[in-house]
Amino acid sequence: MRTPTGRILVTILGTALAFLASGEAEAQDVGRIKTVKGVVHIERAGQPQPALVGSGVRQADVLVTGPDGAVGVTLADDTLLSAGPNSVLAVERFIYDGVKPGVLEAALTKGTLAVVSGRIAKQAPDSMRVTTPAAILGVRGTEFVVRASDGSP
Amino acid sequence: MRATARRSGGRRLLSGFILAGTLLAGCAAPPVPPPAPAPPPPTPPPRADLIVLLPRPGGAPGAVVVQEGGREIVLDTAYASARTGTGGLEAGRATPDEVQAVFAAALAIAPPRPVTFILYFVEATDQFTPESQALVEQVLRAIATRPAPELTVAGHTDAVGTDQYNDALSLRRAERVSALLVARGIPPDRITAVGRGKRELLVPTPDGVAEPRNRRVEITVR
Repeated sequence: MRTPTGRILVTILGTALAFLASGEAEAQDVGRIKTVKGVVHIERAGQPQPALVGSGVRQADVLVTGPDGAVGVTLADDTLLSAGPNSVLAVERFIYDGVKPGVLEAALTKGTLAVVSGRIAKQAPDSMRVTTPAAILGVRGTEFVVRASDGSP
Repeated sequence: MRATARRSGGRRLLSGFILAGTLLAGCAAPPVPPPAPAPPPPTPPPRADLIVLLPRPGGAPGAVVVQEGGREIVLDTAYASARTGTGGLEAGRATPDEVQAVFAAALAIAPPRPVTFILYFVEATDQFTPESQALVEQVLRAIATRPAPELTVAGHTDAVGTDQYNDALSLRRAERVSALLVARGIPPDRITAVGRGKRELLVPTPDGVAEPRNRRVEITVR
């Protein structure tokens, strides 16, 4: 195992295991795309994935809409998220088992977002958060819209 | 150092080709049209975050707490708004027209709202009441009209018995309903069955009270 080949093999094996482990932790769908218009894609671990009606959305996915794009997602706790054109929306954290109080954190880096909160926001205060580069929004069982300023004031 | 030298050599070669191409084109092609007018500058990005609480159909509007730079604004009435900017966080009020002007596209693409159906059970059993059998047809219709439909089937019990007993009973009820939906052609991977026991009583009662309206399964189609 001290030969260069052995070392390379160990490196490859280690990388593969790390990849499998990270995949296992995040491979579960936490929501689903229900509506799509124009150019939209999902960025998953830095790779663009097609965003079609029925595509699964996972924790850490980033939804990106083009100049004519828009997308609607329903999360497993019945939260509705819909983004308008030129938007970047990340589902940063989603923990929910249908019974115990969950956690939902989404980040709108730019663009526009409409939110109808679901069970997580109803279960406990401070369990749902939406952030923009400037602000933090604590959500208590409600509907709202948010635009993220694109750039510094 | 070597790489730099090689690259600039390549560039010299390339500009030679471009020069030759330009000269050739100059002989044969019609005169070059005047340069097109410069495209209008892109609209500057919005300078401020804008958050607007919306009215909620059939309910209180809830609240959003907006925090920025150590300041906090609570939005708890319809169309209450918060704006960030050079002057810090500002509270205000938006009109429906302003909301449409900025958010029309995001609002128009919103997924259909989830809809919940409640099926009732005979006490201490996983048998439906007769009315609930008919409701299953409505559930199937809701599924048929939605894009990429998914279901949560949540079992509930009344407040008689221990948590352990009720968790198991409520999950059994949920699984019975799931099996029925699968038998009607709904793919099993689109259904999540959960047992919520006596945690979420529909009709609040003291512990130990038998209440038929709490013995239910809620099917949410989303």
